[in-house]
Amino acid sequence: MTLSVTAHSDATHQAADAWRRQTSLRRLYTAIGVGLLIVALCGSMWFADEANAGHFFDRLPHILDFLSWLVPKDWNDVWRAMFDVASPHDTGTQEFNFPLGRAYVWGSFYIPEYFELMLTTLNVALVSTFVGFVFAVPFSFIAARNLTPHPVLRLIVKRFMELLRAFPEIVIAGLFAAIVSIGPIAAIIAIGLHSIGALGKLFYEINENIDMRAEEGLRAVGANWFERVRFAGLPQVLPNFMSYTLLRIEINVRISTIMGAVGGGGIGEELKLSISRGFGAKTIALVLLLFTTIFIVDQFSAWLRRKLVGEQAFVMGA
Amino acid sequence: MAAMTADQIQSIEERFPHVFRRPFHQRFGPLLLLGGTLVYLLYALWFFNLPQVMRESHWERLPLFLTQWISYDVQPIFRLDEPQITAKYPRFSVLGPDPHPDWVKANADGSVTILIDGAAKSVTFNKMQATIIANGETVPVALDTGKPLISGPVPDWITAHEDEVVADMGFAGEVRVAADRVKIRKRFLGWANFVFDTRSPFFGKSAGEVASLIVSGPDLKAGTSNLALAGDNIWNNAQWQHGDVWTKLLQTIVMAFLGTALGGIVAFPLAFFAARNITPSRLVNQVLKRFFDFMRSIDMLIWALFFTRAFGPGPLAGSAAIFFTEIGTLGKTYSEALENIDDKPREGVVSTGANGLLVQRYGVLPEVIPVFISQTLYQWESNTRGATIIGAVGAGGIGLKLWEAMRTNSNWANVFYMVLLTLVVVFVFDNISNFLRRRLSRTIHDYNRLQAEQD
Repeated sequence: MTLSVTAHSDATHQAADAWRRQTSLRRLYTAIGVGLLIVALCGSMWFADEANAGHFFDRLPHILDFLSWLVPKDWNDVWRAMFDVASPHDTGTQEFNFPLGRAYVWGSFYIPEYFELMLTTLNVALVSTFVGFVFAVPFSFIAARNLTPHPVLRLIVKRFMELLRAFPEIVIAGLFAAIVSIGPIAAIIAIGLHSIGALGKLFYEINENIDMRAEEGLRAVGANWFERVRFAGLPQVLPNFMSYTLLRIEINVRISTIMGAVGGGGIGEELKLSISRGFGAKTIALVLLLFTTIFIVDQFSAWLRRKLVGEQAFVMGA
Repeated sequence: MAAMTADQIQSIEERFPHVFRRPFHQRFGPLLLLGGTLVYLLYALWFFNLPQVMRESHWERLPLFLTQWISYDVQPIFRLDEPQITAKYPRFSVLGPDPHPDWVKANADGSVTILIDGAAKSVTFNKMQATIIANGETVPVALDTGKPLISGPVPDWITAHEDEVVADMGFAGEVRVAADRVKIRKRFLGWANFVFDTRSPFFGKSAGEVASLIVSGPDLKAGTSNLALAGDNIWNNAQWQHGDVWTKLLQTIVMAFLGTALGGIVAFPLAFFAARNITPSRLVNQVLKRFFDFMRSIDMLIWALFFTRAFGPGPLAGSAAIFFTEIGTLGKTYSEALENIDDKPREGVVSTGANGLLVQRYGVLPEVIPVFISQTLYQWESNTRGATIIGAVGAGGIGLKLWEAMRTNSNWANVFYMVLLTLVVVFVFDNISNFLRRRLSRTIHDYNRLQAEQD
C-alpha cells in the first residue's frame, strides 16, 4: 500500500483526497439522516403515548391480563361458535347463544352466522373491485399520455381519479349510509369509488408503457379511438390489469372488514362487538375464520397473478 | 385476389395450428369468464337485496347534504301571539347573542319584512296577514281566522297544510307561516364563525379591527395579551374545534409514520433470514415467511381492536396495529427484493474473505437499500390513508372524529373541513413520497445501466 502511494504522482493523491472527502461528506449526510429519523421516531412515540388513553409503560405489565378473557373455558366452544352448535355452557347470555345465528336455507340445513357474515364481507370486496375495474379501464385509457383522446380530458380524468383515491372512504361510507341506509351497500359505494381511483392510477401507468407500433398500424388504416384502444391497447395490458385487480381484491377484503366495524355490515361488526364485550370463544372463532379467509384469498390471488404475469407481479414500488 | 383451393386452406391451417385449432380454454375462456361475472353480479344483486335498498333510499338527501358542506342556516322564529313581533334565534345561533341582521326589517306600520334572497324572495307579515314573494309571484296569506288561508291559486312552490303554509325558496331558504308564528330558514354560502366563535370577544369584528386590536388595542381580558387571547380563541373555537381537529390530524400522521418506520426496522433484519439466497436454511426461510404471512393475514382491524383494548383508545393502539401489519408486509416485500438481487457483487466481496456481516453490508445492501426505501415510502403513503379508517374503530386520529361528526347527520360543514385537511395531508405525503421514490428509481435505473454496460 505504502509502496504504491509513493510510486504514484500528485494526481493520485488528489484523487484519493477527493474520494475521501466525498465519502466523509456522504457519511455525514447519512448520519444526519439517521439522526433526524431517530429524533422523529422518539418524538412520535412520546406524542402517541401522551395522547393515548392508557400509557405504554403503565399498560405493559397488564398486557397479558387482557389476553386472559380471550382464553375460553372450554376450547370446544370455539368450534361451537363457528358452526352455531349449542354449547353446554349456555346460560342464556349473549356470550354463548351460538344457535341463534343460524340462517336456515333448506329444512334443517343452515349456514352458520359467521360464515354468512364472512360471505357478506367477501361479496362487498368483490363487487366493489368489479365496480372499480369497470370504471378504471376506460378512465385509464383517457388518462394515459400516449392514448388520450384529448389532453384536457386527460387532465380532468386524472385529477378526478386522484380525488377519488385520496378522499377518505369513511366519509363516502358515512354520506351514503345516510342515503341508502347503513349497511353493505354504503360500504360497496365507498370502496368501489376508492378502487376506481386506485386501479385507474395503476392502469394508466401501465398504458403509458405499451408498445405503440400496434397503435400506429391501426391509426394508419383509419381506426377510431375506440378501435385503437380495443385492438392495440387492451391486448397488451390486460394481463397486467388482471394482476393489479387481483391485488386490489386482497386489499379490498381487508378494507371491507374495517368498513364492517364502522357499520358497513359483515364480519367486522361482529368482531368489534365480540372483542369489546370480551367474548373469548366467539372472538377466537371470528379471528380464525377471518385469518383463514384472508390467507386463502392472498395465496389464491398470488398463484393466479404468477400465472398471469410471472414474477413481475411481485415487484412493486421500485 | 384469387380464391384459395381447399388444399391451400388446409395447408395454411396445418402450418398455423395455434391460430386455427386453439385449445378449449383459450377459445372459450374469456366468454366463460364474462358469463361467470354476469352470473355472479346477478347473485350479488339478490344477495344484497339491491332493488329494495334502492327503492327505500333517500336520494333527495344527497344534494341537501352536499349543500350543507359549504353553507349554513339561520333559523329565527317570529311569534305573532305576543304584544310585539320580535325575532327569537336558537340558543346556539351562529349570529351570536342578540343579533340584528340587516335582512330583517321592521317597517313603520308595525309589520316585519324578511329578505330571504333580496326583495325578490321575501316575506312581509303582521299579525293579520303575511305576503310571500318569490319566483315573480306575490301570494297573500290571511292569518286572522286562526289558520293560514291562501285566497286564490296556490303556486307549486308553496305547500298549503291545514295549519301551516310552507314556501320553498330553493337554496336560499324556506318560510313556514302558521297563525301564531312565522319560521324562517335562511341559507348562507360559506362557513360561519370559522375563525372566532360567538363567545369570543373578537366575534363579529372585521379583519382590520381584529388586527388593530391585536397590535395596539387595550387588553380585552386582563392579564392576557390580545394576540394570545386571539390565538386561544381560534384554537378553542367551540364550533370548529380547530385545536382538536389539528391534534387528531397530527395523530393520524404520527400513527402512519411510527407504524411504518418501526415495522421497517423490525422487518429489515428478519428479511435477510427469510431470503433463501442469503440464509441457506430452508427451515428458517419457511418459518419466517409463514410468520410474515401470518402477520399480514391478521387484518389491521383485528390488531387495532386488540390494541385498543390493551392500551385504551388512542394513537398508540393505531400505531401498534400498523406496526404489526407492516412487519408482515414489509418483511415479505423486503425478502422478495433480496431474492431478486444480482449475485455477482456478493460473490466478489465473499472472494476477498470478508466475514458474513461485511458481505451483507458491501455485497448486498447497496443493491437493495433504494428498493427497500422506495417500498417503505410506498407503504407509508398508503398507511397515511389507512390510518384514517383505522381511527374510526377507536384507534385514534381524525377517523373517529370524522365518524362522530357524520353520525349526527347535521355537522356536514365540519366533516368537509376535516376532509379538506385530510386531502391536503394525503396529497402532500403522496408528492413527497413520489418525489423521493422517483429519485430513488433513477438511482436504481443508473445502477442497472452501469451493470448492463459492464456486462
